[in-house]
Amino acid sequence: MEKETVIRMEELTKRYGAQTAVNRLSLKVLEGEIFGFLGPNGAGKTTTMLMLLGLTEPTSGTVRVCGYDPARDPLKVKEMIGYLPENVGFYEDMDARQNLRYIARLNRIPDKVSTGRIDRLLEEVELAKEADKRVGSYSKGMRQRLGIAEVLIKEPKVVFLDEPTIGLDPDGTNRMLDLIQGLSRERRMTIFFSSHLLDQVQRVSDRIGIMIQGKLVAVGSLDDLAQRGLGLEEGEAYTLEEIYMKYFKEA
Amino acid sequence: MHGIFTIYKKEMEDHFSSTRFLLITALIVMVGVIIASMVGMSMRDELQGMAKPDFIFLLLFTSTGKLFSFIQFIGFFGPLIGIILGFDAINRERTGRTLSKLVSQPIYRDAIINGKFLAGMTMIAIVMVSLVVIIAGLGIRLIGVVPGAEELGRLLIYLVLSILYISFWLGAAILFSVVFRSTATSALASLAVWIGLSFFIGLGGSLLADAIAPMTQTADMAQAQDSFVKNAEVQRVASLLSPATLYGDATSTILDPLRKTPRSFVLMGPMERISLSRFQNPLPLLQSVVIVAPFLISLIAITFVCFGICYAVFMRQEIRST
Ligand SMILES: Nc1ncnc2c1ncn2[C@@H]1O[C@H](COP(=O)(O)OP(=O)(O)OP(=O)(O)O)[C@@H](O)[C@H]1O
Ligand SMILES: [Mg+2]
Repeated sequence: MEKETVIRMEELTKRYGAQTAVNRLSLKVLEGEIFGFLGPNGAGKTTTMLMLLGLTEPTSGTVRVCGYDPARDPLKVKEMIGYLPENVGFYEDMDARQNLRYIARLNRIPDKVSTGRIDRLLEEVELAKEADKRVGSYSKGMRQRLGIAEVLIKEPKVVFLDEPTIGLDPDGTNRMLDLIQGLSRERRMTIFFSSHLLDQVQRVSDRIGIMIQGKLVAVGSLDDLAQRGLGLEEGEAYTLEEIYMKYFKEA
Repeated sequence: MHGIFTIYKKEMEDHFSSTRFLLITALIVMVGVIIASMVGMSMRDELQGMAKPDFIFLLLFTSTGKLFSFIQFIGFFGPLIGIILGFDAINRERTGRTLSKLVSQPIYRDAIINGKFLAGMTMIAIVMVSLVVIIAGLGIRLIGVVPGAEELGRLLIYLVLSILYISFWLGAAILFSVVFRSTATSALASLAVWIGLSFFIGLGGSLLADAIAPMTQTADMAQAQDSFVKNAEVQRVASLLSPATLYGDATSTILDPLRKTPRSFVLMGPMERISLSRFQNPLPLLQSVVIVAPFLISLIAITFVCFGICYAVFMRQEIRST
């Protein structure tokens, strides 16, 4: 069965004055895929994501998410996607349940439906015990998990996660990555996530894009990248770090 | 529509639990009620055994007690309610990093602004209506008169005017919260505009008048008179730029039908006051409304301009969570 293209970017460019944050990026992400977007600080990962979400307008080029242009049909796109921003914030005076309820209402999910969903999600992200505490008192890891719950409450088709593991301890990171993997495997969600940490991208991604200074320098599965980038034969040992360093030096 | 309603509800809950808003409102309600009840008490003493003049009930709101009248007090400090409700409407979400989450939900961006504005406006209406009702209740007890239909009608128009006027400040404050990223900056900007328009425009107006049409010191009587009129005219036009002055004039026209001239009290000289008190024919309600209507329309118009700028800035703005 041919898989549908969920995210399509063609010649996508974003300039801030003289600086080009994203430079002629062309990329497709297929349904159900976990796409890891790898790049150092300032590479243009967040900017790309903002253009995919319609939160900033491209200077040139086209974007389609589920077939819609996020700049022209923002609501259509936003109904189908979930977005976890880089540094997610919450209404600190409300508890986890109230924060989730607000997001659910903004998505037109009736309270009757969202009540059950909220309970299930809180279990899933292991916040059920702390659900009635003010979010202001949450630790970084708890906030990140609550952020994921907020993304999932609307049951999106596509999920954008901007550095979802940043600031998490090794255990938290592992659980987050398992969760991401589960979303794709069990719920058939398409996941587009960014990170600057090699091992994490390597662990969960079906395909990887490497972005350096606004340019997508390589894209493909890990094996593809190794063969093309390092000229390795099949079965030879490599690490993503080697690949990354090679592209990094070239750029 | 759905988005507006959800945001409206959340904002209302926030306002009701906002210490800042409750404090400033309590203060304004307290002072307002004190002013009006002082006026009421002195009226009760003065009116003992006398025939009650026309529109005595409205005097509760318009007579200057020790310092200024209730409507002057609201004219000066009412805008603070609007500013408190609006100055951090958008940039609070920005600094709290909830804005990028909010704008990635399936709602139009203008729903965020509209929902917040409507919630603020509802709070303003609640405060103003309760204030007037409290004072009316006090008045009935203190001076023992029940307001007539016309007085009630005038109070109602006064309420509409005041709610719209304070909402204009709410709109301006929300505009600042869109334009400025820091809540401190938008608070200061709102306060600066408030002080500028409420207190200094009169000053600025007379400076401007002296610059454009200086009063000449000549022996020629006609020429001196001419320059005096010109100077006054420039001052008047300058004061039209100030919504505070316009509001003051409009409310005194509505609530003070005997004065017949829409000049704010503080700007009136003693001679003017005496001459006015000679003419005791009240301005009919309809006439008062006709005088006030242009102000009302321009007030609504500038509020819409604020909104227009808000939309233009916010609609296409890039929203990052950093
Ligand atoms: N509003 C802006 N004005 C000017 N330049 C900007 C603006 N926003 C981003 N940039 C620039 O665009 C480039 C890409 O930024 P972006 O936030 O997309 O990087 P990133 O890959 O997400 O980095 P990080 O890993 O640090 O989050 C950076 O060099 C940044 O300085
Ligand atoms: Mg980033």
